[in-house]
Amino acid sequence: MSLVLVVTLAGQRVALPSAEVESVVEIEAVTPVPRTAPHVAGLAALRSRVVTVIDCRAALGFGATEKPRDAVVAVIDGHPYALLVDKVEDVVESGDVRPLAASAGPGWSRAARGTVEAEGALMLLLDVAALVAGAATEAA
Amino acid sequence: MDDLLTEFIAETQEMLDALGGAIVAWEAAPADRARLDEIFRFVHTVKGNSGFFDLPRITALSHAAEDALASVRSGERQADHALVSAVLAAIDRIGELVQAIGTGEALTSLDDEPLIEALARRDAPAAPDVASTAAASPRATARTIRLPVDLLDRMMSGVSDLVLARNELARRLRDGGGGPEAAACFERVSGCIADLREAITRTRMQRIDNLFSALPRLVRDLSAETGKHVALEVDGGDVELDREMIEMIRDPLTHIVRNAIDHGIEPPDARRAAGKAETGRLHVCARQAGNQIMIEIADDGRGIDGDRLVEKALASGLLTAEAAARLPAARKTALIFEPGLSTAAEVTSLSGRGVGMDVVRANVERIGGIVDVDSRAGAGVRFTLRVPLTLTIIPALTVRAGGQTFAIPRSAIDEIVRVEGGAVRIEALGGAAMATVRERRLPLVCLAGAIGADASGCEDGMLVVLKPAGGGIYALAVDAVRDHEELVVKPAAPAVMATGLFAGTTLGDDGRPILLLDPPGIAARAGLSLERQEAEEVQAPRPAAAETPFLLFRALSGALRMVEASAVERIEEVTPQAIATSAGRLRVTIGEAILSLEGCDARPETAIRVLRLSDGATQIACALREVVDIVPFGGTVTPAAAPGEVRGVALVGAEQVELLDLHWLFALHAGPAQAVRRPVCVLPAEDPFMETILRPLIESAGYEVRSEAKEADLAIVGSVGEPPAGAARVLRLRSAPEPEGEGDDSIHRYDRAALLRALAEGRKRA
Repeated sequence: MSLVLVVTLAGQRVALPSAEVESVVEIEAVTPVPRTAPHVAGLAALRSRVVTVIDCRAALGFGATEKPRDAVVAVIDGHPYALLVDKVEDVVESGDVRPLAASAGPGWSRAARGTVEAEGALMLLLDVAALVAGAATEAA
Repeated sequence: MDDLLTEFIAETQEMLDALGGAIVAWEAAPADRARLDEIFRFVHTVKGNSGFFDLPRITALSHAAEDALASVRSGERQADHALVSAVLAAIDRIGELVQAIGTGEALTSLDDEPLIEALARRDAPAAPDVASTAAASPRATARTIRLPVDLLDRMMSGVSDLVLARNELARRLRDGGGGPEAAACFERVSGCIADLREAITRTRMQRIDNLFSALPRLVRDLSAETGKHVALEVDGGDVELDREMIEMIRDPLTHIVRNAIDHGIEPPDARRAAGKAETGRLHVCARQAGNQIMIEIADDGRGIDGDRLVEKALASGLLTAEAAARLPAARKTALIFEPGLSTAAEVTSLSGRGVGMDVVRANVERIGGIVDVDSRAGAGVRFTLRVPLTLTIIPALTVRAGGQTFAIPRSAIDEIVRVEGGAVRIEALGGAAMATVRERRLPLVCLAGAIGADASGCEDGMLVVLKPAGGGIYALAVDAVRDHEELVVKPAAPAVMATGLFAGTTLGDDGRPILLLDPPGIAARAGLSLERQEAEEVQAPRPAAAETPFLLFRALSGALRMVEASAVERIEEVTPQAIATSAGRLRVTIGEAILSLEGCDARPETAIRVLRLSDGATQIACALREVVDIVPFGGTVTPAAAPGEVRGVALVGAEQVELLDLHWLFALHAGPAQAVRRPVCVLPAEDPFMETILRPLIESAGYEVRSEAKEADLAIVGSVGEPPAGAARVLRLRSAPEPEGEGDDSIHRYDRAALLRALAEGRKRA
């Protein structure tokens, strides 16, 4: 048994490992970063910290999130990131991670770590670091 | 008192305090192996440290105690009461001596001999009376304490937050007033914060000795391994540097020292043969210069073989033979910083393992430092590292460009000038531009353009003249300069750093994130070659009447060439797909024109830049690697041996430069006439005014008029229409003679003078 954070992303309910999630925030203003990868939405201030805002939809190759608001904060390699999602639901208990039986489909397979069962439903467990790395790692 | 000695005393007293329990426990149960080991470790450590500080009494005592305990550990002796007492007496004496050194009192005059004898005696019935005098004098108050580093980091980030809050408060006070009393109060708080920040910054400072203390051992080991004799001299160990900085310099410094011994200093017989002392000298020194620390590593070895480096660079394709022949000696030596070049004939266990000076340079530059090399053949090499004092809080200038705020480290700023007002002259050269600021000719980079925003406002904002660490100088055009601020800079996420434009992130007064610009990165991205630029600035003579401006550029082959600047229409970047061999020669497609391509033997693999040269009727393209400068030139030209694309060679500064023969080139390519592309203007269809009245005027101004186009140089729309996408410039016409408000930049449609002016300007851009 482990805990996962259930979020809605690109219209699907997916899980993020809650151990890797620091907090859930609402992003107000995003300062764009010129000439960066498309999934880097920009920078935002969280208290006295500057976080890099990652557009998860764009990271999966589904185009940009419109009117971003809900975000999940995670620290990777010492850098804080806010990952934009459609909606944050709740932290729930989940079963063990199982490998994907079939391809998760275009986009999703970049970040899917496996599947988990939570609240009686089967959902994809996404890898936070893969979302932050974006599409570039897929191409490499 | 020496910092290290203070440290030794503090450490020993700490260990003694911690050991108190163990000593008592061991006395009660002498067979307790764990306690024995603990005490043994203590005396062993003290013995080592005291030897280092030349404290013979402590060394003798701890040595004797160590011997006794060692024999117990090996089972030769029993830990009987006599032995335990003797050890305890010795430890007590060590404590007294250490304390006396710490407080600066005279050392106790009691003889240590009986204690040492007691430790050595195997059959002593009882230890001598060792009534401790320690209790008599109060323990000296500790003058230093040890703190975990992460506590210091937390304090530092707390202060950083405080600085941010102060900035925010300052802004509120400015906006909302609050009266002189509040302002005076704020000033006081502000001053306190500044003091506090300075104090905490100092807690993070360490003497560079911490870095240098490893060198003697390193040098000893390396000389033993290589069979060379090396004398190390270290100076300036008391220079203080941010703790983080010290860690960042450790590897580069070690690497340079290794190289100096492995490759620089010769074996003794070679040195004797060269008339030098058998023992090589290695001199490492540090000193503070402004807000930078300079570290020099100099040896008196054989020096760097610049010609060997050139050979290697030729072999690896880094240089062309032509470029190599022109390379000044200093630049040959600097090749040592190129990846994959090492003068080591063979790989040794010390160096030459492929991780070379390029890594050293990269590491030093990553922390905002620079590394220089100066070599004299046979006389030695001197490396100079220059690094900033601290990484965390930097004074910066905030500027606006492309609707966004950016920060520029103030250390990189040379001066700030307003474009309007005559102090500055901007000369556009197609894609490139030069700014002349008080007779200094500087390459100009438009920040808005560099970040991919609309660059059209660059000629009426401010210029920030930048002199980034690493040499070179250029002007950065920004829309506006906002403020000087002290910013707490944090490293940016890898994805942000990957742009190469930014050095970090920070929070502004208003709590919004600001990107800190990386001046060398922006120059690199704009294709400036700063190293050359600096040399050019010094050497460029004042423009004289008989001189005409020439564009100095590096051809794809690496050769320096120049061409009359007036013949250059613009500079474009073209993709390999746009280049093809057709009708017997290489041609490039730019927009809708097909131009002959010179200066390029085969279709390149990556995008290249081309000069568009025009004689007024024909255009040709000439491939180049980079634009170096615009230089006035009126000197003599040594003619080429045979007619060709180069008409001769001239001396610019200290370098030979080939002059392009425009007459020959255009004679060769004039062939079937190619229409010079006319700029395209888009007019809304089915508008009678535009179609019948305006169109002839636009055509006579040299435009090709269309009702729609994917890319246009100019689009003209009425006061309500939407401009088509892809227009480089939009001209709005209004029917009312007077503008509608301040933001209205439209032109009255019968204002002929303004219309012609706008058209002429649009044509110039095209």
